[in-house]
Amino acid sequence: MNATRLFLGDRLGADRTPSPDDDAPRRKPRRAGKSPWRSPLAVTGLAIIGVFLIAAVFASLISPEDPLAQKWPKYQSPSGDHWFGTDQLGRDILSRVIHGTRISLPLALLLVVLAMVIGTVLGAVAGYFGGWIDMVVMRCADLVLAFPAIILAMAVVAALGPNLTNAVLAVVIVSWPTYARVVRGLVLTLRQSDFVQADRLLGASGWRVLAVDLRPNLAGPVAVLAALDLGNAVLLLSGLSFLGLGAQPPAAEWGAMVNAGSANFDAWWVAVFPGAAILLSVLAFNFLGDTLRDALDPRTARAIRK
Amino acid sequence: MTALSGTSNLTVTSKDVGLRLHDLSVTYRSPGRPLVRAVAGVSLAVAPGQVVGLVGESGCGKSTLGKAAVGLLKPAGGRVTFNGRAVDTLGLRPRPSDQRGLQMVFQDPYASLNPRRRIGEQISDAVVLAGGTRERGRETARELLERVGLAAEFVDRFPHEFSGGQRQRIAIARVLAAEPSCIVADEPIAALDASAQASVANLLLDLARERNVGLLFISHDLSIVRQIADTVAVMYLGTVVESGPTAQVWDDPRHPYSKALISAVPRADGSGELPVDLPGDVPDPAFPPTGCRFHPRCPIATDACEVDEPALVEFLPERRAACSVLAPALTKVG
Repeated sequence: MNATRLFLGDRLGADRTPSPDDDAPRRKPRRAGKSPWRSPLAVTGLAIIGVFLIAAVFASLISPEDPLAQKWPKYQSPSGDHWFGTDQLGRDILSRVIHGTRISLPLALLLVVLAMVIGTVLGAVAGYFGGWIDMVVMRCADLVLAFPAIILAMAVVAALGPNLTNAVLAVVIVSWPTYARVVRGLVLTLRQSDFVQADRLLGASGWRVLAVDLRPNLAGPVAVLAALDLGNAVLLLSGLSFLGLGAQPPAAEWGAMVNAGSANFDAWWVAVFPGAAILLSVLAFNFLGDTLRDALDPRTARAIRK
Repeated sequence: MTALSGTSNLTVTSKDVGLRLHDLSVTYRSPGRPLVRAVAGVSLAVAPGQVVGLVGESGCGKSTLGKAAVGLLKPAGGRVTFNGRAVDTLGLRPRPSDQRGLQMVFQDPYASLNPRRRIGEQISDAVVLAGGTRERGRETARELLERVGLAAEFVDRFPHEFSGGQRQRIAIARVLAAEPSCIVADEPIAALDASAQASVANLLLDLARERNVGLLFISHDLSIVRQIADTVAVMYLGTVVESGPTAQVWDDPRHPYSKALISAVPRADGSGELPVDLPGDVPDPAFPPTGCRFHPRCPIATDACEVDEPALVEFLPERRAACSVLAPALTKVG
């Protein structure tokens, strides 16, 4: 046996007693170069979202008037008293836009989280276990994806009754399949990987593989998807309210306000300001989503830049 | 080498201990292609503490055999037993705990560690899955990292911070955490550079000795197998053509294929002799030759070889070869 050791050592250079130098792992600086969070897009996105969040938290302090009070002449153009003017019922539009953040942002966040959780769990289970579960889940996803999102959401709300809760539910129903598809694809490739096989050999159950082994590998792509989806969620939710299927009067909701403005084009300010709020928030969420993708998935980001 | 006598004792006293393959065959089915019998009836035994080398050219079914041996592939025929009980093919259920002593080290250390989990967590998985606490698992991970020649403080690092050789040590540590009595190592050193190859091979050998672990060492590197294996099995196109104690097979190969394979190892003896070339290539396993699978390339083949499939016969204690031309002569020599 000693002869064996010597032979191998001589022939191939013994590193039997690893010196500290040899075994020091190659620590790479985590992020070489510029952090994606310093890019102008990211800063803009963060700033806009920051402003909206502050507006949402301190809405009653910031807004000059009660958003529901109808004590001013209707259709007043923007002025020093009412920066954004007043609407068809004589309400202060600035206050209503500010209060609108309290509906749009938390609900968008809530429904994205719901869609993410539902879609990820279903997609992971379908991808890992396959068979009839996969068939059922993915056919349901295909069914949902076969409709234009807003049409299906309208149908769902029409069936359940038009109010904000049902609108959120409807948007969740049309949003989960995207997550399910992406996650299923990832799980399908990862489940055959050696590290999953190794964990199975150690006795891990399928659920443990999903929850422990694959969760960290799925977290990044899903987070990027969710961040990019936030903008969509705001848009869909406002869209439903615009159609009268979401927030009901007199609630201060951006989509509903745009709808009110569309009745009278002479008073452009009624629709433009809530519309701009929608535009800015969607834009900011998309900036953030892009930044998150750059940070978590540098490979795709590089491919896009080229 | 005292291992040889140890080996024969074990096979006499404990027939069912360790890993045994009985006439194992594994097939690959793909649409529009004929059935491929990658492993076509192989019997092997790996006793605790014994190092069995499995050698053969690329594509001869070595890795397929290794995967089927631990239950990652479903055998098409034959049986695999571990400590006397049949090894289940991994399905959706968790692996029964009495089979967790049979573990595998994979070829590619870049694929066999989860890139997103700390290595300490991955090593402690086995302990946690066996019902231990996280603290116990972490302690085990630290101990095992030191055992495989890395620093215990590395538990909180991620795989991307390590080199290939270090990763393979980590993968070995993970397997050790399951307290295995048999390890199937599928080309564990093929993806490493020369110095890491030697140290990882030595590490596996040491562990097999010190923990009385059986080791099925699958490799195409004959010189490494010669150095660490007690017994060796030579595979050709899905079948074992010769097996026996390593030194004997090495010095006195009988089967024409093992002869060619062993003489193909370059020797630095100064004689300037070039290895003998075998005519032809390894045939497509989807269309294996009839009779003896080696006959189209065999220098001593007769017409009968195209028809008769030779059985693996024991012509000396522990030595077997599958060749119908040699069979009568072999037994006489014995």
